[in-house]
Amino acid sequence: MNDKRQTLNNLLVPILSVLMGFLIGAIIMLVFNFNPIEGYSAMFKGAFGTPFYIGETLRQTAPLIMTALGFALANIAGFFNIGVAGQALLGWTGSVWFAISFPSLPSPILLPLSILAGVLAGALWAGIAGFLRAFFGVSEVIVTIMLNHTSLYTVNYLIRNVMTDSNDSTPRIPEAASLRMEWLTDLTNNSTLHAGIFISLIMAFLVWVLIKKTTTGYEIRAVGLNPMASKYAGMSTKRTIIVSMLLSGALAGLGGAMEGLGNFQNVFVQGAVPTLGFDGLAVALLGLSNPIGIIFAALLFGALKIGGSSMPLAVGVPSEVVDIVIAFIIFFVGANYVIRFFLERNKKKTAGPIEKHDSDKASGTPESLSGTEKADKKEDKE
Amino acid sequence: MSQIENVIEMRGITKQFGNFKANDNINLSVKKGEIHALLGENGAGKSTLMNILSGLLEPTSGDILVNGEKATIDSPNAANLLGIGMVHQHFMLVDDFTVTENIILGSEKTKSGFLDQKSARKEIKELSDRYGLIVDPSARVEDITVGMQQRAEILKVIYRGAEILILDEPTAVLTPQEIDELIKIMRSLTKEGKSIIIITHKLDEIKRVADRCTVIRRGKSIDTVNVKETSQQELANMMVGRSVSFKVDKVPSEPKETILSVDNITVKDSRGIEKVKGLSLEVHAGEVLGIAGIDGNGQSELIQAISGMTKVESGKITLQGKEIQNNVPRKITESGLGHIPEDRHRVGLVLPMSVEENMALQTYYKEPLSKNGFLNQGKMRSYAEKLAEEFDVRLQSVSEPIASLSGGNQQKAIIAREVDRNPSLLIAAQPTRGLDVGAIEYIHSRLIEQRDNDRAVLLVSFELDEVMNVSDRIAVMYEGKIAAIVKPEETSEEELGLLMAGSSLEKARASVENPTAEEETIHE
Amino acid sequence: MNVTAVLQNVIASALIYSAPLILTALGGTFSERSGIVNVGLEGIMVMGAFSSVVFNLAMADTFGSLTPWIGMLVGGAIGFVFSFFHAVATVHWRADHIISGTVINLMAPALAVFLTNIIYGARQTDFIKARFGFFTFPVLSDIPFIGPILFTNTSLPAFVGIGIAILCWFLLFKTKFGLRLRSVGEHPQAADTLGINVYLMKYAGVLLSGFLGGMGGAIQAQAIASNFSASTIAGQGFISMAAMIFGKWNPLGAMGAAIFFGFAQSLAVTGNYIPVIQDIPSVWLQVAPYIITILALVFVIGKSRGPAANGKTYIKSK
Ligand SMILES: Nc1ncnc2c1ncn2[C@@H]1O[C@H](COP(=O)(O)OP(=O)(O)O)[C@@H](O)[C@H]1O
Ligand SMILES: [Mg+2]
Repeated sequence: MNDKRQTLNNLLVPILSVLMGFLIGAIIMLVFNFNPIEGYSAMFKGAFGTPFYIGETLRQTAPLIMTALGFALANIAGFFNIGVAGQALLGWTGSVWFAISFPSLPSPILLPLSILAGVLAGALWAGIAGFLRAFFGVSEVIVTIMLNHTSLYTVNYLIRNVMTDSNDSTPRIPEAASLRMEWLTDLTNNSTLHAGIFISLIMAFLVWVLIKKTTTGYEIRAVGLNPMASKYAGMSTKRTIIVSMLLSGALAGLGGAMEGLGNFQNVFVQGAVPTLGFDGLAVALLGLSNPIGIIFAALLFGALKIGGSSMPLAVGVPSEVVDIVIAFIIFFVGANYVIRFFLERNKKKTAGPIEKHDSDKASGTPESLSGTEKADKKEDKE
Repeated sequence: MSQIENVIEMRGITKQFGNFKANDNINLSVKKGEIHALLGENGAGKSTLMNILSGLLEPTSGDILVNGEKATIDSPNAANLLGIGMVHQHFMLVDDFTVTENIILGSEKTKSGFLDQKSARKEIKELSDRYGLIVDPSARVEDITVGMQQRAEILKVIYRGAEILILDEPTAVLTPQEIDELIKIMRSLTKEGKSIIIITHKLDEIKRVADRCTVIRRGKSIDTVNVKETSQQELANMMVGRSVSFKVDKVPSEPKETILSVDNITVKDSRGIEKVKGLSLEVHAGEVLGIAGIDGNGQSELIQAISGMTKVESGKITLQGKEIQNNVPRKITESGLGHIPEDRHRVGLVLPMSVEENMALQTYYKEPLSKNGFLNQGKMRSYAEKLAEEFDVRLQSVSEPIASLSGGNQQKAIIAREVDRNPSLLIAAQPTRGLDVGAIEYIHSRLIEQRDNDRAVLLVSFELDEVMNVSDRIAVMYEGKIAAIVKPEETSEEELGLLMAGSSLEKARASVENPTAEEETIHE
Repeated sequence: MNVTAVLQNVIASALIYSAPLILTALGGTFSERSGIVNVGLEGIMVMGAFSSVVFNLAMADTFGSLTPWIGMLVGGAIGFVFSFFHAVATVHWRADHIISGTVINLMAPALAVFLTNIIYGARQTDFIKARFGFFTFPVLSDIPFIGPILFTNTSLPAFVGIGIAILCWFLLFKTKFGLRLRSVGEHPQAADTLGINVYLMKYAGVLLSGFLGGMGGAIQAQAIASNFSASTIAGQGFISMAAMIFGKWNPLGAMGAAIFFGFAQSLAVTGNYIPVIQDIPSVWLQVAPYIITILALVFVIGKSRGPAANGKTYIKSK
């Protein structure tokens, strides 16, 4: 078997995608008369140059890990939860709402409950899509896209009409509900770094355990890869769908809660669902839906986002170049067939003929996590 | 003169998929006006060869001569221009389109920019009258019968002016009456000078319709023979490559208590059509009950109902004394059902998962494979290794994806998984479809072994010889009911064939004893 | 306000908001009929909006009142080019359709705002001078009652959109091209065996969706937003996709749904003047298209998910 080579290819695809994304970013900068070396070094300094920037980068990384885990978990179960953005927004709102509603509770109670409120809000929101998919067979892609917009307008309405009296942002959450920690703030020269990063790392580990080591994870993977066979094997596909969507939304909601309780300390009227959602989707795709891959991918995107915001001031490059780089990275991950095609062809040149291999799907699919590769799906043709 | 001219000559055709040669230096020649059969087992390479002739695949090497001239057939259009048309094994019809739309697709006539469906319909009507290809031109394909779909396919080919028609396993999905119809149509086509290549692995059909027959085995052409001068046994031997007994060694069965009892059940298919209509049967410990029948007579629905995948509308199913109808699949499994499903890729396995994970598919939630919701991966591995050893599943490692195993080994893995749970009832649906002879023999012997261990085995197969050889009793299923139950030693393939076509047992017996009574019965 | 004036106002603003949706929903219809899911309509609209505004700002003095119309075509052209990415990725590079579409949605605003920054030195453009404005049909507006309501001070792009929808219906259901395009979305292999160039048809579907979506974005920018910024296109692409689904992948259905959604969107703005409606919290009107789509999916459309081979990569074996 060519397990090793495929694992290598699996890793090469995201790495090459990142390199090609940066290359295209560089070309764009060149085309518009910027010096890409200056641009990228400004970005690097803006992401890791000082303890403050490192703090900001890690702060950005934390919720990205969460939304990416959320997306990945649904993806492993076979669902494209494009609604992590809306789920994160609800998680954000839910946690802040709870925190400002019970300002007098002591921190050891208020903080966990506020987080829980965010988690639940995200879970229930995603659960709608899971429920409709399980019982009505309605495409979760469409439903979650629709729910994204619904959540945006609903949250904006709640902020203006229910949580405040016609204000565009809520008051700050009480200190007791904050995820900020003094030693972290001090360590990073007053950055907005908060405890979310530790929560995210723990959650990544827990998701890994869930997927790899538990019967529920086994069911989620099986249903994601072949719902028919799972049903025959006595698994409840309906339950698995709903459970995985609830968990997916819970993780996204937790990411949103980090924005509310850690980064912004309030919630405010927005013009679009938070980019956190789509960035998380990108992180999950780049991380091949694998928790460890997600941590690295989130760190990369966190650094890009934070570092990118230093580029306009330092060298005059619009920070959007970073988003273009991100989009191209995902483009190449999504079109990994091309990368694989060239990798295979090079191998063939050096190592003689190889087996036919038609991995025709994006590698952000569950099997990368289960350690197996989408192997040749040759059907027995009668 | 034109009678002996070869309209098609394929010389030394080789087709390689990766390292695998699906066609290996095949020669085939077809005369004008003949019906030429292409005979071979599943996977022999028949469809591949014909896909090459119809321009869908490009040969790795070899030449094709059409009407004596060398031709390059690099697209379906090129084949079309040369007068070659193919009706594929899996119909190539757009469900959402009407029959007319399907027929004209790709060679549409237009009138001032718009489709001219009216004149197309007229033309189709003419063709359909001429060859007895009865269709409803304005019906949507998803609403018509399989037989009519096939006629639409044939019309599609003729509409394009084909002189050489390729029919890939056209009878697999038809009822006997529809097969008779098809044979008439084929004759009327050859009468007009058209030539037909028909793919099949059914010997009796070849005897019925074909003039000559080319046998293909494992990608190689073995011989071309005149059908009249060759017996079925000879054809079979050529097809399989050794003299085939098809007989399975077994001692007479000793049926014991009833394990499964199906009592007057009705089941609908996914489109709401009643497919099982008040069916009853019993399977005993220590016997193999074979279900024979043409595809689509409710076999799949019956199995799905027993295994809890489909709703039972009415009636009762009892497994070891417990009523199980409309239970969830897991409960039925735990009541003692083992199931080798019909479609191992879609239903039996999770292909991208590893062998060990597939082996655990039915038992992962129980000790020792898991505890308190956590998997015990060490136990999963050793369990899979034990099963692979015991059931001769050839693999490199149990952690490789099960997709990388050959079909036979995948099937053995499923059997291992299902049998090892000691089910009191084992359902085997098409357990040998698409497998090579070695694997078939192995699987048959395992089924018999289950029977000898006093389990009940319910075998469903479209292959008559399989049903004849493995079963202790044969239930013939026709239109959602059991038409008759016979013993293999007291029946014949001819009799079963008639039963499957809806004859009553008495009538079938009578006409087998006195073949002239029926007009178009089997030769020999 | 009298009844006629209210109706005129409601209908005109519904049409103004519908126009971009109609065109984009038609675009989505072509793409999905060819079997390519296009969640990237939003991004395509962004590119159309951006390019039309750039054109409009630069050329308004040259072309005068024709500017927005030419700008619309420019938007279409840019959408066409941009959708090429999606076509290559999904058809030849076998990318997951939704991932590729999402990339389009990530890429378009980033690229457009980046370019805005480069060209205008700010994150949004100035306001355009030559807008679509209002149109009164000559003759038709004189019809009693109907004339003032439907044909006076209304949105010409919407009427153009309705005309295009009818054309699209004929194209899709009555021509050779349409039959072939649909066959590819339903059963590409069957089409292949009949000598139809499956990949070409899929490209045609996607590129048409780029052209129409780009025009939709251009209309949104030049009739409603009047400038370009990151928020010029805020969900209209997704609403158009909803309209396409709601209209069951039929150009006329998609058009009808787009008008309905445009109406719902406009109510959030004009509803304040209308009795009854003004009492409904605006949030309901804002979320109505989305909720209605979900309900329609559950109760009306159900599992029929449009073209049978929609979203599947077709791999030709040779
Ligand atoms: N496109 C393909 N890629 C790889 N293998 C194929 C392909 N098509 C057919 N095969 C293999 O070639 C062999 C012959 O297939 P086929 O011609 O369909 O057999 P038959 O029609 O005789 O049953 C089978 O083993 C099948 O799995
Ligand atoms: Mg075949």
